[in-house]
Amino acid sequence: MSNKIHVSTKVNGDAVEFLCDPRETLLDVLRDRLNLTGAKEGCGTGDCGACSVTVDGRLICSCLMLGAEAEGKEIGTIEGVAEGGELHPLQRKFIEHAALQCGVCTPGILVAAKNLLEKNPDPTEEQVRYWLAGNLCRCTGYDKIIRAVLDAAEEMRGAA
Amino acid sequence: MSVHRSLGHDSGTLHVTGAARYVDDIPTPSNTLHLAFGLAGIAAGRITGMDLSDVASAEGVIAVLTADDLPFANDVSPSVHDEPLLSDGTIHYLGQPLFLVIATSQLYARKAARLGKISVQETPPILTVEDALAADSRFEGGPVVWSAGDAKTAMKASPHTVEGRFEVGGQEHFYLEGQSSLALPQENGDMVVHCSTQHPSEIQHKVADALGLPMHAVRVETRRMGGGFGGKESQGNALAVACALAARATGRPCKMRYDRDDDMMITGKRHDIRIYYRVGFDKSGRLQAVDFKHFLRCGWAQDLSLPVADRAMLHADNAYDLPDIRIESHRLKTNHQSATAFRGFGGPQGMIGIERVMDHVAHELGMDPLAVRRANYYSEAGGPSAPPHPPEDIFRQKKKNRTPYGMEVTDFVLGALTDKLEGSSGYQARRAAVAEWNATHEVLKRGLALTPVKFGISFTLTHLNQAGALVHVYQDGSVMLNHGGTEMGQGLFLKVAQVAAEVFGIGVAQVKITATDTAKVPNTSATAASSGSDLNGMAVRAACQTIRDRIAAHMAQSGHCAPDEVTFAGGQVRAGQKQVSFAQAAQSAYQARVSLSSTGFYKTPDLQWDRVKGKGRPFYYFAYGAAVTEVVIDTLTGENRILRADILHDAGRSLNPALDIGQIEGGYVQGAGWLTTEELVWDGQGRLRTHAPSTYKIPACSDRPDVFNVDLFDNENRENTIHRSKAVGEPPFMLGISALMALSDACAACGPHYPGLDGPATPERVLAAVRRARDGI
Ligand code: FES
Ligand code: FES
Repeated sequence: MSNKIHVSTKVNGDAVEFLCDPRETLLDVLRDRLNLTGAKEGCGTGDCGACSVTVDGRLICSCLMLGAEAEGKEIGTIEGVAEGGELHPLQRKFIEHAALQCGVCTPGILVAAKNLLEKNPDPTEEQVRYWLAGNLCRCTGYDKIIRAVLDAAEEMRGAA
Repeated sequence: MSVHRSLGHDSGTLHVTGAARYVDDIPTPSNTLHLAFGLAGIAAGRITGMDLSDVASAEGVIAVLTADDLPFANDVSPSVHDEPLLSDGTIHYLGQPLFLVIATSQLYARKAARLGKISVQETPPILTVEDALAADSRFEGGPVVWSAGDAKTAMKASPHTVEGRFEVGGQEHFYLEGQSSLALPQENGDMVVHCSTQHPSEIQHKVADALGLPMHAVRVETRRMGGGFGGKESQGNALAVACALAARATGRPCKMRYDRDDDMMITGKRHDIRIYYRVGFDKSGRLQAVDFKHFLRCGWAQDLSLPVADRAMLHADNAYDLPDIRIESHRLKTNHQSATAFRGFGGPQGMIGIERVMDHVAHELGMDPLAVRRANYYSEAGGPSAPPHPPEDIFRQKKKNRTPYGMEVTDFVLGALTDKLEGSSGYQARRAAVAEWNATHEVLKRGLALTPVKFGISFTLTHLNQAGALVHVYQDGSVMLNHGGTEMGQGLFLKVAQVAAEVFGIGVAQVKITATDTAKVPNTSATAASSGSDLNGMAVRAACQTIRDRIAAHMAQSGHCAPDEVTFAGGQVRAGQKQVSFAQAAQSAYQARVSLSSTGFYKTPDLQWDRVKGKGRPFYYFAYGAAVTEVVIDTLTGENRILRADILHDAGRSLNPALDIGQIEGGYVQGAGWLTTEELVWDGQGRLRTHAPSTYKIPACSDRPDVFNVDLFDNENRENTIHRSKAVGEPPFMLGISALMALSDACAACGPHYPGLDGPATPERVLAAVRRARDGI
């Protein structure tokens, strides 16, 4: 059997260690080894955004990064977006605006949107649209998603 | 009231936290095995030898199965047993599964699946419409022809005629969750299968056949799908059967999930269509004779192609009264993936033919296409909005208000709906603004179109229009609900829970929605044909009413009133002077030994359909809608954008307006995608070249129109459907047709000739259409 690589990393603030095959993607590691199945594989080629996570604060497609490359990094996934059982404003707004149907795209879109609002708390509608252009959704037609993100941004600005 | 309210998605919290489980997320036992198919690398021929030694010896591989290893039925067809799970020696398409790899991880299985050495004797593949016609390669022997009136004579008598050829491509479902299945072997040879499927009963049936078991030995469970759109009606059979066979062979749990490329190479897509049309009309644009020839490439297996092609014929009239019409439909067998169900199920292909005709006729007459469409509308159903018919109007007298298949249209509302949308979208002012823009701009041209939708609701295979439900009330007043419908994001589970809550007068939170399970409700139909809430809502209501009546009879005794005087509302049950909570009523009924569990059943009334003659009433009712789309094209590059969309759609008395509007928005965008960016390209060898999102472009967030107005048209269903609502899964898809017609309008602004724009309107096709408009070639 191939050599397993030992990796130490942080996921959603918690120190995590795992062994993985050198060919395994970060997405596979998250899903199959760490039981964090919120990130989904929609394509495996970096074109759909369903696997979106953050690495050291940068939005990436976890299907395009090897698990071994997570060494020493900080990974953020959908499972870390709600804090202490309390939904993030983006999460609440997605429910309120009915911005999801089948829900497979939802984790990736929320991770991407949260990353946007951290960089730019007051995005225009167009900025939201283009920021999320790498996150495909086959069900909703995107309208409610954009409304939910703008609404959450507004609420967060009010609270800040 | 629980119904007619915009309650949020029942799994909303699970989805936004990433906790909602799809098949691939279900925790599996550690000894679970993973599967992958080895695929054919040519489109047609015979296998002369398979050397699978490298596959078998590859890292992590436990076993490799071929057709010879299958103990019972080697078949995953939903219709006529013509789809072997693994090739029986003949290769029918490039991507066909030939052998099955069972390995300890998905990565190992997929890597090993590439190592097969297959010797083949190639035969020339049948790929194009011409190939198929030359070889007379088709399903059903010959074309199917339906007609009404006498199109030939009427054509001769028509003052004007026009003819053309029109092509629209197929479409990949691109459900974001790929096909997946998980089989768990049980004691005594029984099998439990978790499957991402719209049709658990069929999975149960196919798995039972493949294992040589009666259906009661197989249980199939589906909690949710990550999108279906018709692509999980029959295309999940292969994975479920493969998992069950491998689980039987190894005694271990087996899971299979196609990665995206395999999914697109193996599974079927929407049928593409070529339409030849010839129509006769008068100077006001009213059609007097229509002749359609449909050519659909169905791929290698019959699958659901016959009812799909039928439905295309059944929607060849769309919203228009066409007394003299002939429709000829060719179902061609080709060496491609098996074209299959996809939202609209042939309806969009049929409907877009007549919309193209309206566009062409309007161009010939120099009229606004909307005026031509209106002139041909069916008569409005009674009511204040019905336009009067002047008695001298001979054309109107000829109109029968019957579809070409003889069904009377009694619920037509597009007259009023179109008027309203025309007003709210500012159509006339914008039509003038577009004309002015085009007169003053050389490079960017704008286009505008309003197109209507009339879509027939029911399965055309009449016996499928039935549904069952199972409801339990527990002694604490909580309710558990099960029915045959599946949840793929459309919100069916919530709608049906709203129906149940309404019967008991309780909140939706008190109703538990459980996974679709063949052990709870048997012999179900696919969640398809937009029928989900219509059928399952009624079945659930029947079950709930049975239980409610029992509780009422029990409470009436202590309340000293008649059972029908007992009321259920606001979480309370009131009988005479006595009022208790629903939970107390349930507890009391339980102690009095009243059964608090019931099944429910529903079958759609009044349907009769003869598909050979093409006559009858295949549909219970019609759903209506209309959309106005405005686009801009770049005449130098062919690039194009949707600028604005306005939609008015009839969901009857909506059970849940938020969910319905979601279906409408998503349907429109998906329909517009079909006709603009989504292009399937097979090369001359029959290899699908667009098998990933890198090359196959579904609409992205950035494609959303700048202005997107969606409204429900208030129109209670005339038929006695669940709370007078209407089905809303498929009809909005066809609102997307307005995008193609708007692009045609923009192209037409470039010159005097008819642009004849085909779909999908890729930049290349738009450029060609601009050239045709300018130069007539
Ligand atoms: S799965 Fe990573 S981008 Fe699609
Ligand atoms: S909700 Fe289904 S893909 Fe976005």
